[in-house]
Amino acid sequence: MKYSIFSLARNALSRHERWPLAWRSPRPKPRYDAVIVGGGGHGLATAYYLAKEHGLTNVAVLEKGYLGGGNTGRNTTIVRSNYHLDPNVHFYEFSLKLWEGLAQDLNFNVMYSARGVLNLVHTPADMDAAMRRGNAMRLNGIDARFLTTGEIARRIPNLDCSPDARFPIHGGLLQPRGGTVRHDAVAWGYARAADARGVDIIQQCEVTGIRIEDGAVAGVDTTQGFIATPKLGLAVAGHTGRLAAMAGLTLPIETHVLQALVSDPVKPVLDTVVTSGAVHFYVSQSDKGELVMGGDLDFCNSYAQRGNLPIIEHVVGACLALFPAFGRLKVMRTWGGICDMTMDGSPIVGKLPVKGLYMTGGWCYGGFKATPASGWLHAYTIARDEPHPLNAAFTLERFAQGRTIDEKGAGPIPWAH
Amino acid sequence: MLLIPCPWCGPRAQVEFTYGGDATVRRPGPDAPEAAWVEYVYVRDNPAGPHHEWWLHGAGCRRWFRVRRDTRTHEILGSAPPGQELRGGAA
Repeated sequence: MKYSIFSLARNALSRHERWPLAWRSPRPKPRYDAVIVGGGGHGLATAYYLAKEHGLTNVAVLEKGYLGGGNTGRNTTIVRSNYHLDPNVHFYEFSLKLWEGLAQDLNFNVMYSARGVLNLVHTPADMDAAMRRGNAMRLNGIDARFLTTGEIARRIPNLDCSPDARFPIHGGLLQPRGGTVRHDAVAWGYARAADARGVDIIQQCEVTGIRIEDGAVAGVDTTQGFIATPKLGLAVAGHTGRLAAMAGLTLPIETHVLQALVSDPVKPVLDTVVTSGAVHFYVSQSDKGELVMGGDLDFCNSYAQRGNLPIIEHVVGACLALFPAFGRLKVMRTWGGICDMTMDGSPIVGKLPVKGLYMTGGWCYGGFKATPASGWLHAYTIARDEPHPLNAAFTLERFAQGRTIDEKGAGPIPWAH
Repeated sequence: MLLIPCPWCGPRAQVEFTYGGDATVRRPGPDAPEAAWVEYVYVRDNPAGPHHEWWLHGAGCRRWFRVRRDTRTHEILGSAPPGQELRGGAA
């Protein structure tokens, strides 16, 4: 069924009790042309674009829990393409362009809100870096505007822009097309659209082993039995290393936990995504009215999907230094998601050194904004067995070749990216 | 909040420490092939379970030591100074 004003009116007459299910829950078939592991945004997007762009519809998505129950449902919903290095610039801009048309493409309201992403600048060195990045963006045709302190104070009245602020604000780099997207809707929208094109979405199905015959993928062992496939794509975020180990690979990746939190809901107080690199803090207000915020990783390896209080304290401290008025709010909920942190802070999207094995991963803590491009390019690579120019640089081999893509210049310290 | 057992100062709050990463990697010899250096610099076992790692007690005795910690639960299984056997927990 196509969602529209007419379907809404029709279903209103039947008291909304006859909406069809958005996707099927089939039993796995014994064999697929391609299997994607991970039913989050990246995996579901991969399956959708395999079907839509490449006509590959005999495809299964295997999810060990429920759809969008991992990092797709745990991120802070920010989308942007304000990068500096060429491979990142082009990749994330491609992603942002897909975000802009995604609701129409999927016939599902993903609530893309181009409310602007503002990076605050606190020091002259910050200023140089922001100008340099902003100019790189503009040279690549991406929207970037430098705002003065006065312009910021008018746009974001709650922000402490006074000269005696704990972190004085010298200006900021704004990407107006950046913003937020309703994260759950991304998983649901891709799932519904992929299912409509024939993709089997199989939840509660954990991969327990990868079978390799003559150096090529033969299939996967799962909690619902063996499934044969010549092409296997991994889109499993923090568990990428575990899955790759099933194929005998060790990756330049460590798994770390990233926390986020929300305040109690209030009336609209903040209409822009505000970030500060100097204190490493970001905040936006959700449509429900909660202030959604986050900061640093917990800085030690973790698969726990929950973190420790010192980081929460740091995030809240940063929030209050920038927005003193938010001191009356309460923290309503905190949670953690586990991220596959690579050794250069950039993802690995492409072929792995086993025939028929592909991955989109190593997204560090910036994977949500990449979801559409990640799925699109992962699908392209799987369908053609070769990368697209937009993901050709994001190889596993780049580390050994000295071609790392280190946006932050932090070196091979995964928790520093 | 982790309570980290410094071998010299005893159990202290996590905020006194800085993480130093995987303690199982070994610097190759100067004649080692390039592949060994790639392994050393970039590749990590990244276990889901007991992890052998470096910590620095920066706000205390300012010494480095090793900890074995379960990455699934954050439970600390043992700690030891460099060069000494790490007691506590399974290998």
